[in-house]
Order: sequence, then structure tokens, then C-alpha cells
Amino acid sequence: MRSKLSTLFDALLPIIATLAALAVGTIMLLLLKVNPIEAYAALWDGAFGSANSFAETLVKATPLLLVALGICISFRGDVINIGGEGQMIVGAVLATWVGLTFTEAPGWVVITLALLAGFVGGGVWGGIPGVLKAYFNVNEILSTVMMNAIAVQLMNFLLRGPMIDPAQAELASKIPQTARLIDEFHLARLAPTRLHAGALIAVVLAVVVYILLWRTIWGYRIRAVGQNPHASRYAGIKVSRYMVLALLLSGAFAGLAGAVQVYGVNYRMITDGSASGFTGSAGFNGIVAALFGQLHPLWSIPASILFGALLVGANKMQRVVQVPSALITVLNGLVVVFVVSSEIWRHRRQRRRLAAAGEEDAQSKPDQTQVQKEAGQ
Amino acid sequence: MITELFSTTVLIGILASGIRLATPYLYAAIGETFSQKSGVLNLGVEGQMLLGCFAAFYVTFTTGSLWLGLLAAIAVGALMGLAMAFVTVNLRAQQGISGIGFYLFGLGMSDLLFQRLMGTVETVQGFPKVYIPGLSEIPGIGEIFFNQNILVYGAYLLVPLAWFVLNKTTLGLKIRAVGENPDAADSLGVNVARVRYFTIILGGILSGVAGASLSIALLNVFQQNMTSGLGFIAVALVYFGAWHPVGVLGGALLFSMVNSLQLWVQVLGIQIPSDIAVMMPYVLTILVLVATVSRVRAPSALTKPFERDE
Repeated sequence: MRSKLSTLFDALLPIIATLAALAVGTIMLLLLKVNPIEAYAALWDGAFGSANSFAETLVKATPLLLVALGICISFRGDVINIGGEGQMIVGAVLATWVGLTFTEAPGWVVITLALLAGFVGGGVWGGIPGVLKAYFNVNEILSTVMMNAIAVQLMNFLLRGPMIDPAQAELASKIPQTARLIDEFHLARLAPTRLHAGALIAVVLAVVVYILLWRTIWGYRIRAVGQNPHASRYAGIKVSRYMVLALLLSGAFAGLAGAVQVYGVNYRMITDGSASGFTGSAGFNGIVAALFGQLHPLWSIPASILFGALLVGANKMQRVVQVPSALITVLNGLVVVFVVSSEIWRHRRQRRRLAAAGEEDAQSKPDQTQVQKEAGQ
Repeated sequence: MITELFSTTVLIGILASGIRLATPYLYAAIGETFSQKSGVLNLGVEGQMLLGCFAAFYVTFTTGSLWLGLLAAIAVGALMGLAMAFVTVNLRAQQGISGIGFYLFGLGMSDLLFQRLMGTVETVQGFPKVYIPGLSEIPGIGEIFFNQNILVYGAYLLVPLAWFVLNKTTLGLKIRAVGENPDAADSLGVNVARVRYFTIILGGILSGVAGASLSIALLNVFQQNMTSGLGFIAVALVYFGAWHPVGVLGGALLFSMVNSLQLWVQVLGIQIPSDIAVMMPYVLTILVLVATVSRVRAPSALTKPFERDE
């Protein structure tokens, strides 16, 4: 009974953290001399006010969820992937290339190939830091950051040169963008809104990732390596291999997010020179969504919708009460800080539970609780 | 055209701007060296820098005093450091992730304040060049090393100072002990929490100064997200330099010299696509990391929160 209560408390922690962030947001709004009720009402209205705005929220949530799924895998494997931005870009570039090259093929073939290309492109871009970490001991935080910077320049180079829209190449303006994908290659719309099939793909993949992590041996090993690499090595798991796998898969999902963004929303790639110009910072915000969803693929679904709503609502808030939408970036940051800070209470209770359980069967099986802790989760 | 690169004037230009460009990296990376030496990974450097950048610029812009601007950046950096210290030391939060949170906070906050308080891009008169009598007149050398502003000199003085503090003082010994084996340090009476508070706040201050060096000494403007990844690279330079101030200096110089070279290549109109040129320092950093990092060990307690066994 007591454990049920504590599970409930664990589930509530992120919500408490969000409320705390919103409270700070309220103070900031007051300091900016804006009526917080009006501001939050505009935010809500912008995100959920109509069928169209709710569809926009889901459209924004889609890349967040895909990136978050990858983050669930890598963080569970105790590798920190902050290269989502670069992986999205590389996935998108490769997918776009497929769509612009095989213009004669049937739509479903090209779309399938393009999404696969996005998956592979992101996988390669995430796999490189994985190999560097596993075999050369290069910290993945640094290599993924560097890979982000490289991907942006690669995109800028390709969109200004080899992949530039032939029509733009002849103009003096030379806007750095690719040609538009033909209509047959666009992901199907789900309703008379901008909502597209990518959202459905993301939800299905959330279930797939859940099965991967908790119902397959590979998922088990990724998590085992994440929890205790030494014990895993002792148990015969090839630790390096699973580190690479975790980063590779993580990158692959981000790459897919990039591909879906092109085929579902933009229908072409265009660059303003920065990474966020294309990704909308989904590579970073996906991390926030995953953390908020407790690194659980299924909980990441509502978490992504929440952050999608914040992003969409922020635009409306900016229009109605003239608060820069950067406020939402601030709140996202605070949510992350509060969520990781609140972990301490969960750990404390977990330890108390373990201690209590340990006393009961201390004589018979002294290691039982530890094993359960590692196998469970 | 390639030969133009090797004329003396151009070479001096490349070296002088390389020396100058290393400044923000040095401040931020030396600060990060302190916190990592004590076992704390501060991934929020970029956010701290952005806030420092803005604070320095805004205060200088409104009061006209560069020194007040610098002071504001220090204060903001210290505050961010204090918050980070509370979260990592007292709440024992996972450092890599809370750092990302602080990054997003700084990114959004500096943007928000900029839009709210200024709205348009302005410029200020930054720290002037300080000529050192005698030294500045040496041909070549003077132009490269002694024709810079005060924050540039400060960054280079910081390197031996940091080396001295870390290796030759009791404080440095405590910092290293806390980063290698906090339990042992604790049992010898070192206050682990206090040492880490000190290093994290120092890191915040130096990140703030790094930001100020951009906005009121090197570029003399403020724009949204103007650090664009510089803070993350500073963190990378600490690994690159193997947690040693002189190594960090080497990394910062290598990175900024390559950067300076690619800028000059573009100025001279040599036919390399600019995007590819901009990419080079990052590729090089990865390659050097591959070549060097495997031989050096990180502080044992890096990213591990300290908790007394009860």
C-alpha cells in the first residue's frame, strides 16, 4: 500500500517540477508587468484552443517524441547524446536527397526509402561518437556537440552548392534551399489540418522502443550496461558494442525526426545558417521531453505533447501579451533543472525501501534486492 | 593566392587574431577545469556565458562604464554558479542533464532580456588596446602578443595562476583530493561541499567573464545566442587539455588559430567553400581528442555526487 503511494508520488514529481517552473514563470511575467492569467490563457488557447491549434501542437510534438525515443535508449544506456540537432540535420539531408533523386518511383517506395535514409543518416551521425566513446575513450558529450557544428556546416554547404534548388541557382538571390518534393512524396495528412502521418509513426515507434527496451535481450543489455558496466562486462556482455548501439539508435531516431520534418511539414530543406533554423531546437527539447517522461518511451508521448503545446502556445502568447517566446526556453530549462533535482527524493525513498527489504531476507539471500534493482526498473 | 597566406603581414594578422580569439575559450575552459578537477561537470557554461555576455553589454551600454559591465557579468556568473552548486552539491542532481537545463535557461533568459530591454542590436566602445611600452614595439611579436586589450592579457595571465593554485597551494590540493577521492578527503576533514561550491561558483564567474570578453572586448555587440556553441567547445577543451591549465591553453590556441586561419582564408578569397572552412576547427578537435584523450584519465569522482555513508 505504501509502495503504491510512493509510485504515485514518483509519477507526480515531474508535474510538481513543471508547476514549480510555471510558478517561476509567473513571477517573471509579473516582473515584465504582464498579467500572468492573460498570458497563460493565451498560451493555452494557442495550443489547444481549436482543432487547428491542437493539430499544430501535435505537429510540433512529433519530432520531439522521435528525438525523445532515441534519448530514452541512450540515457538508459548511460550515454548522453546531445547531438540530436546534428543527427536530425544529417537524417533530413539524406532523406531529402532520396526524394529529389528518385522522382520517377512510386510515392510509397520513395517515402519508405527516405524515412529509412533518415534513420540511417542519423544512425551514422550518432554511431560515430559511439565508436569514439567505446573504442577511443572520447567523451560523447563533446563529440556530439562537435558533430552538431559539423552537421550544420555540411547542411549549409550542400544547400548553397550541390543540393541547391536549380531555380534558385539561376536567381541572383540564391536562397539556400533545395527543390520542393513532388506532391506524391508528401506524408499523408490525417485531418483537414497540418497534422501528418509522421505523428502516427512516432506513436507506433514509441511502443516499438518500449518493447525493445523491456522485452528483448538487446534492450536488457543496453540497460544493464547503463546501470553497471563493470557487472555487465563480468556477466559477459560486450559493453563497448552496446554503448555504440545505444548512441547509434539514439541518433537514428533523431535522424528519422529530421526526415519526418521534411516529408511531413516543410517538403524541402532551407537553411538560415543555424541548426535551430531547421530543427526548431527539437534536438535539445526532445531531451527535455524524454526526461520529463522519466526516460520511458510511452510516457514520452504525453511529455512531447506538453512541450509541443508550450512551443506552439508561446507564439500565441507572444502575439497577445508581447512576451518574447524565449520565455518558454527559460521555462524548459527550469523544468529540466527541477526534474533532475527532484530525483533526490525518489532515490531516498528507493533506498529506504531497499533497506527495509534487505533486513527481511538478509539471512537467506543477501544480494536479492540488488539483483532486483538491476533487473527491474 | 595560397602564397599570400605566407606573407609576413598576413601571418602576423592570423597569429594576432588567433591570440585574441582564444580569450573567451580560455576564461571558460579554465573555470571548467577548476570545477572538473573537483569532480563536477558543468555543462551549463554556454548558458552562463550568454547571460554574462548580455549583462556586460547591457550595463556598459546603459552606464557607459566597461568596468561596471564586467562586474555585472561576474555577478551574474556567480549567481548562476551558486544555483548550479546548490543543484549539484545539495540536491545531487545528475550533472550532465542539469547542465543542459542551465544552458536552456541562460539561452532563453538572455534572449528574453535582450528583446525586452533593448530590442535592436547596438554597439559599444569595447575595452581599448593596451600598449605595453617597449614590448609592443618589438616587430612582429609586439603586434601579435602586446597589442591586445586588457581582457586578452587577463586570460593569458589566468593560465599560470590557475596552474599555481591547482598544483602549489593547499586549496589546489583540496580541490584535487575532492575530485579524486571525496570519501578520503572527507575523512581527512576537507569540507567536500564547500570546495565544490567554491569551484562551481568560480567556474560561473569565469564563464561570465568569458561572455563579457565577447560582448565588450572582442565583438562589442550583443545578439541572441551569440556564443553559438562556444561554451560547449570550452568544455571540450578541458578534456582536450587533459585537466591541465597549460594543456587547456594549448587546446584553446590550436582551436582559435585554425579558426583565425579559416577567417583569413575567406578574407583573402581563397577558393574553399566557407562552410567547409568553418567546419575545420571542429573536425580537428575531434581528431585531436581521438589521438590524445585515451591516454589521460579523468578525475575519478567526475560527475559523481558526494554523499556521506551513514
